[in-house]
Amino acid sequence: MADKKATRESYGAALVALADKYDFLVLDADLAAATKTGAFKKKYPERFFDCGIAEGNMMSVAAGIASTGTTVFASSFAMFAAGRAFEQVRNSIGYPHLNVKIGATHAGITVGEDGATHQCNEDIALMRTIPGMTVVCPADATEAYAAVEAALNYVGPVYLRFGRFAVPDLTPELVPDYKFELGRGVTYREGADVAIVAMGYMAHLAIEAAELLSKEGIEAEVINIHTIKPLDSELIARAAEKCGAIVTAEEHNVIGGLGSAVCEAVAERCPVPVLRVGVEDKYGRSGRVPELLEIYGLTAENIAAKARLAVAKKR
Amino acid sequence: MDEKRQLELKRTANNIRLGIIEGVYNAACGHPGGSLSIADVLAYLYFEEMRINPEQPDMEHRDRFVLSKGHTAPALYATLAERGFFPMEEMRTLRRTDSRLQGHPDMKALPGVDMSTGSLGLGFSAACGMALAGKVKGKDYRVYTVIGDGESEEGQVWEAAMFAAHYKLDNLVCIIDLNGLQIDGPITEVMNPTPHDKKLEAFGWEVISIDGHDFDEIEAAFRRAREVKGKPTAIIAHTVKGKGVSYMENACEWHGQAPKEDLYRVAVSDLSAIGESLR
Repeated sequence: MADKKATRESYGAALVALADKYDFLVLDADLAAATKTGAFKKKYPERFFDCGIAEGNMMSVAAGIASTGTTVFASSFAMFAAGRAFEQVRNSIGYPHLNVKIGATHAGITVGEDGATHQCNEDIALMRTIPGMTVVCPADATEAYAAVEAALNYVGPVYLRFGRFAVPDLTPELVPDYKFELGRGVTYREGADVAIVAMGYMAHLAIEAAELLSKEGIEAEVINIHTIKPLDSELIARAAEKCGAIVTAEEHNVIGGLGSAVCEAVAERCPVPVLRVGVEDKYGRSGRVPELLEIYGLTAENIAAKARLAVAKKR
Repeated sequence: MDEKRQLELKRTANNIRLGIIEGVYNAACGHPGGSLSIADVLAYLYFEEMRINPEQPDMEHRDRFVLSKGHTAPALYATLAERGFFPMEEMRTLRRTDSRLQGHPDMKALPGVDMSTGSLGLGFSAACGMALAGKVKGKDYRVYTVIGDGESEEGQVWEAAMFAAHYKLDNLVCIIDLNGLQIDGPITEVMNPTPHDKKLEAFGWEVISIDGHDFDEIEAAFRRAREVKGKPTAIIAHTVKGKGVSYMENACEWHGQAPKEDLYRVAVSDLSAIGESLR
């Protein structure tokens, strides 16, 4: 089994590791220990600025910094980065298309015990509607690190979604010649009966689901979509054509996130049945992460169940 | 300030006011009241105070200006036009679909606009970011922002005020256009944000209160701000909303509407009379 590590750990590690290669500043809103920007703060105190618990101000400050030509990361929990500060992200950063990288950690239900107010299942939907915003949700530690560097090499606003909970670092095993490219999906597994399109935490569960299905003679293609916007609709359309049915899997509300984005792409390019696995338009709650994943249906078993239904829906 | 320079600045401000009226009249909408109130401060900033070059609007070491009260874009546009960033005739395109002069300032559309603004409170924070970046990068540019008195009801204004003082942004000056009126009425009746001086002092700012239409006081304030070290400066500019146009002065209803032809003529006549008196 691959090593387990939370994607937020990679975020913090990448900021430190890339600090000498790239010129950037880092902002946080009193969550440096949790978002993992703390290591950067320690090593590069002159490049780190705590904004206190004032996320709206932080986003507009970031826009001001970026307007002078300096790249800047603005970090908080997804709930406060995308939720609380939505309008600042939209108007201060998005509208002028400024070079701000939003490092949003603790996304989704895997926040765990903190419960509903901190479990943001709406951020992808919010960020995806901002014109010109690039929206990235890495699947594991390797991908998260690569995403940070890709964001640095791209000029423009990027929303980077990271998780709190450790996840197996599968990418290096599944894709030996792995190369992260913004806007390009990653094919984890080949199959022709159904395509499972997953993002973030759900990507490794999609692999588990495919293994379950394989035992029943259903071969699933597994695609990891790390960039929800711009979406790799070419890859998704090809999978739709090849497999004839799709299941999406996301740790996010099924409304407005990856499932919606895939439906939009498929409806326009190659209509096939699409079933969505995700948080079914509900708020989260407190609990241990494995329990919450069961309660909200974010499991390999549920992905496999939906895949069987999707296969049955094929004409 | 000597009389000649004073007179020139008054003429400049009057031309800016004429530009505001021209723009808003042709757009048949917009925000003349708070544009007219801030014209003198903008005239001083762009003609005396700021290191800028209309030929090189993106000059890296330029001083930055952020109009946080973005709805008074006509004042900024007319000032930029008067300063030579673009021809004053372009004011007539204000708020049209194909115009660089969007309803609220768009930095992508118009050279000379340092930050896109319009949603209140955001510009002040962005100005803080510019000032912080200047400090970090060891650049000597200064940052100026104008916020509205009604705008100061936004919580983000106080987040920004806290931030600027915390990081000792003495390269930042925030001008509060205290014209006393907002859309729904007098600021003290709608949601009283006063007293600004005591609040900002408590937040750690240097605070200077002036008559925002008196160039001697405006100049003295900006000069003093340059000498303040270790903290940001707020200039509370007591102004008259609608300044210069008889029927718009201190009249709440001219916050956000354009004059029709008859009143447009009155406005032009009022300002032309002022212009004549400055010859």
